[in-house]
Amino acid sequence: MYVATKGGERAIGAAHAWLAEERRGDPATPALTVAQIREQMTLAVARVMAEGALYDPDLAALALKQARGDAVEAAFLIRAYRTTLPRLGASLALDTAAMACDRRISAIFKDLPGGQTLGPTFDYTHRLLDFALAAEDAPPPPAAPEAPPASSPAPRAAAILDREGVLQPEPEGADTPPDLTRAPLELPADRALRLQALARGDEGFLLALAYSSQRGYGRNHPFVGELRVGAAAVEVEIPELGFAVAIGEVALTECETINQFAGSTTEPAQFTRGYGLVLGCNERKAISMALVDRALRARELGEADADAPAQDEEFVLSHCDNVQASGFLEHIKLPHHVDFQAELELVRRLRAEATAAQAAASSEAAG
Amino acid sequence: MDRPTEDDAARRDWMGLLARAPAEALQKLWGDAGATPRFSWLRPPETGAVMVRGRAGGVGAVFNLGEMTVTRASLALDCGAVGHAWVQGRDRRKAEIAALVDALMQTAAAPRLRAQVLAPLAEAERARRDARARKAAATQVAFFTMARGDA
Repeated sequence: MYVATKGGERAIGAAHAWLAEERRGDPATPALTVAQIREQMTLAVARVMAEGALYDPDLAALALKQARGDAVEAAFLIRAYRTTLPRLGASLALDTAAMACDRRISAIFKDLPGGQTLGPTFDYTHRLLDFALAAEDAPPPPAAPEAPPASSPAPRAAAILDREGVLQPEPEGADTPPDLTRAPLELPADRALRLQALARGDEGFLLALAYSSQRGYGRNHPFVGELRVGAAAVEVEIPELGFAVAIGEVALTECETINQFAGSTTEPAQFTRGYGLVLGCNERKAISMALVDRALRARELGEADADAPAQDEEFVLSHCDNVQASGFLEHIKLPHHVDFQAELELVRRLRAEATAAQAAASSEAAG
Repeated sequence: MDRPTEDDAARRDWMGLLARAPAEALQKLWGDAGATPRFSWLRPPETGAVMVRGRAGGVGAVFNLGEMTVTRASLALDCGAVGHAWVQGRDRRKAEIAALVDALMQTAAAPRLRAQVLAPLAEAERARRDARARKAAATQVAFFTMARGDA
């Protein structure tokens, strides 16, 4: 059977025109500018950059405006845009130890060398709505206090444990890491591929998995060794010149967890590590990523019964991408008339057969 | 890669400074410097993506974190000096100016551009970083330890 597949153009045109109107909202309210979104919705912009896997605050702000604030739809727009860009190269590995930190805390050392720096955090706020912000034309807030900065970057908290030998060293990997944007996901994945997938993975999904691991589904006892929010230089080797130039800076959130130890009769006990690194300021995601990274190392670290969802590489990596997931999820709302007609025919036939069989049975019983 | 020479190091510094400068600031300083050299494109400005890489644990295996937008351009001045630019973002005009300054820095115009463009950019970058570092420093926690019981 054939069904009409044309004829929706007029309706689609009208739907898109209305979408544009709804996106704009009441025209009596001033329109948002991209700069306003970039400057005042910074954490939404950060999420779109991380999950869109492309660092460009202006584009992420534009995507949010176009997507009516829907972060996942905005990430989809960014992913689609990035496919139009030629790949010019790859950076040297970021030196996050040299990051200019707005915030840098450790939950394992009170007297952390370099100090605990809180930065512009929501922590310690009371989570009470601030109705003063509802006032329009409020004057900008008073300037934040200043103090003389340290002269050198703060050392890594992990480096302190490293020196004592109580922390597992990070193994070297391949010079050219696998790239999800170039080759489809293949399992088993190495740690580099897992970290790429998690860095662009859905924040909510990673949060839930990380939380599940804390609640006992693949428990691994994490401590936040260090959490850093700041900016790091991106150095790229210029092919024409043969040396590297710091061509820009990206805002980053980095989380390093220190987890329960591994050891055996032949090897002394050592703490293990989980790692989270996310484009933009997003510590919920960075901490979640570190917990899930560590959970996914269960097998490599020889942990028994590594069968919790957060420890299942195929489960986590196949489902953490929200662009892929929403694409597959939402396609079922598109026309499936033919499939459904076939199913409907089948149900009708089964019912007719059952009714006929029943009628035959009762006439036999009566006869 | 060979060890960068002193000239390379200086060039690396100014190319980075031009790349990281806010586009408006660079355009204004370039306009004020009033240089209008004749040049031809070797590669007109082209926007693309660079894959930004991190390391597991900050020190271990390299992995692909995500891309960033980058615009590159190369040009040759009529005198023969070649300028290159690789700048973060999608601003073609900024890449053009950065490549022009890079080329002029290899000519007799270097001292003038250093004074009129590079020095103010370096100062602005230092001030921008210092302002954030000073605010961060003000949020540093000072713990008080209380002595308990008999000393």
